[in-house]
Amino acid sequence: MAISIGRYTRRGALTIMGVATAALLAAPAAQAKVEGDTIILGSAISLTGKYSTNGIHAQNGYELAVKRINDMGGVKVGGKSYKLKVVYYDDESTPARGAQLAERLIKQDGVQYMLGPYSSGMTKAIAPVTEKYQIPMVEAEGASRSLFTQGYRYLFAVLSTSEQYLASSIALAAEIAEKNGKKPSDVKIAMAFENDPFSQDVRAGVMDDAKKYNMQIIIDDKLPRDLSDMSTTLTKVRAVKPDLLVVSGHSKGAATAARQLAEMKINVPMVAVTHCEAAKIVAKFGATTNDILCPTQWAETLSYSDEYFGTAAEYDALFKATFDGYKNVPYQAAQASAAVIVWKDAFERANSFDRDKVRDALAATDMMTFYGGIRFAPEGNNIAKPMVLRQIQNGTYNVVAPSKYASHPVNWPRKAPGS
Amino acid sequence: MTLAMTKSQRTLGLYGLIAIAAVIAPFLFSAYISQLTVLWVMVLFAITWDAMGGQMGYNSLGNIFFFGAGMYISAVVQIGLHYDVAEYTAAYGAIKVDFTPTQYYTGLVLGTIVAAVGSVLFAFLLSWVVFGLRGPYFAIGTLGIALAAGELVGAWEYVGAGSGISLPVFPGEPEAGERFFYFAFFVAAVLTFFFFRWLYQTRFGLAINAIRDDEEKAEAMGIHTMRYKTITWALSAFFLGICGSLFGNYNIFIEPLEVAFATVVFGIPMVVMSLLGGKGTLWGPVIGAILYHVIKEATWKYFLGWQWVALGLLIIISVVFFQQGIMGWAQEKWPELFGIEVEEAPAEGEEEAA
Amino acid sequence: MLNNIQLLIDFPVFNLQLLLDGLMIGAIFALAAYGLALVWGVMNVKNLAQGEFVIMGGYIAYYLSIDAVVRIGIPGTDITFFEVMKPGVNPLWALPVVIPIMFGFGWLMYFLIIRYVIDRDLFTSLLATFGAAIVIQQVLNLIFGPDVQTAESGLGTRILFGSVTIQEIRVLSLIIAGILAALVVLFMKNSRMGQAIRATAQDPRAARVMGIDTDRVYAFTFSLNAAICGAAGVLISMIWVIQPFYGIAHSIRSFVIVVAAGLGNLPGVIVTAFGLGALEQYGGFALGAEFQQAVVVGLLIVVLVVRQIMQARHRQVVR
Repeated sequence: MAISIGRYTRRGALTIMGVATAALLAAPAAQAKVEGDTIILGSAISLTGKYSTNGIHAQNGYELAVKRINDMGGVKVGGKSYKLKVVYYDDESTPARGAQLAERLIKQDGVQYMLGPYSSGMTKAIAPVTEKYQIPMVEAEGASRSLFTQGYRYLFAVLSTSEQYLASSIALAAEIAEKNGKKPSDVKIAMAFENDPFSQDVRAGVMDDAKKYNMQIIIDDKLPRDLSDMSTTLTKVRAVKPDLLVVSGHSKGAATAARQLAEMKINVPMVAVTHCEAAKIVAKFGATTNDILCPTQWAETLSYSDEYFGTAAEYDALFKATFDGYKNVPYQAAQASAAVIVWKDAFERANSFDRDKVRDALAATDMMTFYGGIRFAPEGNNIAKPMVLRQIQNGTYNVVAPSKYASHPVNWPRKAPGS
Repeated sequence: MTLAMTKSQRTLGLYGLIAIAAVIAPFLFSAYISQLTVLWVMVLFAITWDAMGGQMGYNSLGNIFFFGAGMYISAVVQIGLHYDVAEYTAAYGAIKVDFTPTQYYTGLVLGTIVAAVGSVLFAFLLSWVVFGLRGPYFAIGTLGIALAAGELVGAWEYVGAGSGISLPVFPGEPEAGERFFYFAFFVAAVLTFFFFRWLYQTRFGLAINAIRDDEEKAEAMGIHTMRYKTITWALSAFFLGICGSLFGNYNIFIEPLEVAFATVVFGIPMVVMSLLGGKGTLWGPVIGAILYHVIKEATWKYFLGWQWVALGLLIIISVVFFQQGIMGWAQEKWPELFGIEVEEAPAEGEEEAA
Repeated sequence: MLNNIQLLIDFPVFNLQLLLDGLMIGAIFALAAYGLALVWGVMNVKNLAQGEFVIMGGYIAYYLSIDAVVRIGIPGTDITFFEVMKPGVNPLWALPVVIPIMFGFGWLMYFLIIRYVIDRDLFTSLLATFGAAIVIQQVLNLIFGPDVQTAESGLGTRILFGSVTIQEIRVLSLIIAGILAALVVLFMKNSRMGQAIRATAQDPRAARVMGIDTDRVYAFTFSLNAAICGAAGVLISMIWVIQPFYGIAHSIRSFVIVVAAGLGNLPGVIVTAFGLGALEQYGGFALGAEFQQAVVVGLLIVVLVVRQIMQARHRQVVR
């Protein structure tokens, strides 16, 4: 009896299932890689969810460069001029969708040339897929060192890798120790890194640098993803008195650190925090953020320039004029624009749409952009652009290291906020 | 008798049709293969949840735990066969890895087996903790287990902590890889379906239905409720462990909070899918999964930014106003289509008494 | 881990820091947990959107604290009737604003959703409120974006014994939380509505027979809960940081506290909340910040297991 119920149930079920399946499949057909006079680039990027602020910065960066290149006559291949266009998919800020979306871009939309997603985790999820399909990808937002140890041939990154974020802070700490008649090995470091692929890679970089100078690491905390309080870590900092405190945890890490450092009056001579600009800590916490060191991929005050955007400062101005609501142009946007420029340059040098020719042209990239020099190591990371270290001095970001770019001397020691 | 024959032939025909459709779909709609692949994952989720929540009346919010556990167990086995896991998962990922096809397949098969067994063991262990809990405490407790597992794995350096693990890539052609995983999930979902379909027809099925309807009475009638509950929980875990192992390999990059123990992305939707289709029915979870997946993909495509608002509303609506689900509603509306005569109604697929 | 504990032994003054930080934040947890105990006890609704109410309150405080342009017009178009510049005010002023807004929101949510789940099985309210939680998170995300925000009270920090810092806002929050809790208790004891709520909690059918409009009582209870949570959110936004997706952690805390303390046990709720606050701080200090969340969820499981062991003494199961 039970079986007979089951069977009829099945018939009802099938009707509903058929309707649902039809709905699933009623979607547009695949596009080609180059449609008429348009080159299609594809990107799965975080437009909704936790990382969407930065995802949208990157998207704006892509769009600005695409518009600029198209306005300047497009991409010239084989004597013909092509326009660029980017197809976006939202990855909802979760790597559970990243790989699927990359496959979808490649299979459904026929995308043959990719731009990267936002965040190291997403790039780690997508890079194996593009590699598998041998689709070249120029990415601008995934800094994890581990992306460039796997021998990927089709992955190129315009940004500096994660271990460089805090390297100059460590070097600076060693330099200052020597200046004060101490040994670099006397320097004690406290670390607080978010528990995500990017920050953990930054941490690995700091560990290596510390080992190089023989510095001691006295606090090594992982900050949770939904970080809202780091007072326990800071209490530890007060107890053990490190010479250098490094914090990395995207915008939330920067905001929480800046606020609680001030509130708890934590007195550490050197504090380095990533993502200060994205977290807008100066606007939020004012003078209490003075003397915090902030590593950055790019700054509008640097002297780089190119034929597309002019100088870094001109890019900055154009970006602000194009998109509403930006007081500072985040480096996430600048490097995204740079990635599009790299594509344009590679297409023109390859003078072909053949995937492998374009890939080889990408690998041979050696150019200067408003974002900095771009030359790829055989592993795909950019080795022609350094990170710069800025310090918040009286509410403005001034470059203090490396010395080639420094506009201001570093303030040391940092005074406890408000004291 | 002849009528019964034709009916069973018709049943066979329907299964055949589904099978044929499922087999040709990836070739016919090869561009949509990734959506179709995930569809089978969703179907498997809904069926395994329904075994607990629908058939046995234990509404777990933490079944995603077994999915994540399977994923991680399998990853460790696959890598551990050939490399030092701690070195492999170090944040730098400084060692370059290359899996030969043989290594890949043996790793995948072995990893999946160990994942299934491991998930079952976890189920037995956890049954000591969770099955004393009733009603909302059971739901909250299982939710707690899933959340705690994500946090703990996220703090565990050996498996890469929050950095996650990159798993080996399918060694063959990419198209072959896609089909491989499509059919892997298809087979897993179909096996799960037929296994539970068989199970619900046995004495075991009646026993867990009895637990759902009145646990005290079931005990009084001499049903070893604890044993039945543990076994059902373990069976769900078995299939979810396999699914987790496969999904980790399909997704290539795994990570504790967003992929493996993803409560919001996968854990709660399993429940919603079952409720949407009609919990406690054989086909309800399948339909619910398909519908959920279609709605999710459609809202994501056409109402970007609002897709999770839409899903939240879907949860509320299906839970509050439509708890009998599609199958339940259809059965009420057209009982004759489902071969239900009024007296027989409680035999299958009816709402539990609250 | 051991050296962290050693640190606490060597410098006992840091115990004081952790304890004070924990207790003061615990007072805010107590507010949200008390709200949960109320709706759970009176209406048998297990509200998983508790944390989202907290975050909503926080965002309202944040919004009041910043300079913002308020545009009255047709949404989604450029048509504007008028625009005003809303100057930022101290987020403490958000308290009298948030409480009625959240009360109204609670009322709305009651009549849209909660009304239909009260008499349903226990799982329904959990899942329905989880759905509501997702909607609230996502709408907050659409309005305010996913970045963390803070509201600045502008209060300073005091130093005790040379190395213990006390933020004045935390002390003030402790006081405000205390006043709010006292008000709610007085209200429950003395007002007509409070008596009606208690009567309904004891026996809804009898209450109905005695002429109490239980629907209204339920609506009021749920709204009161939302208002209390909103107030807690205002305080949280001035002490910690808020983000649209942070609600779940606050919900879990409320559940841990209520499950551990038991329903209708206000002193228990307060003591447990203080304990949880302190435990989180100690856990984060001794084990590392990555375990701060794990401590909370771990505690939930421990509490449930302990409950179960205690109940097992009363129950006999066929094995």
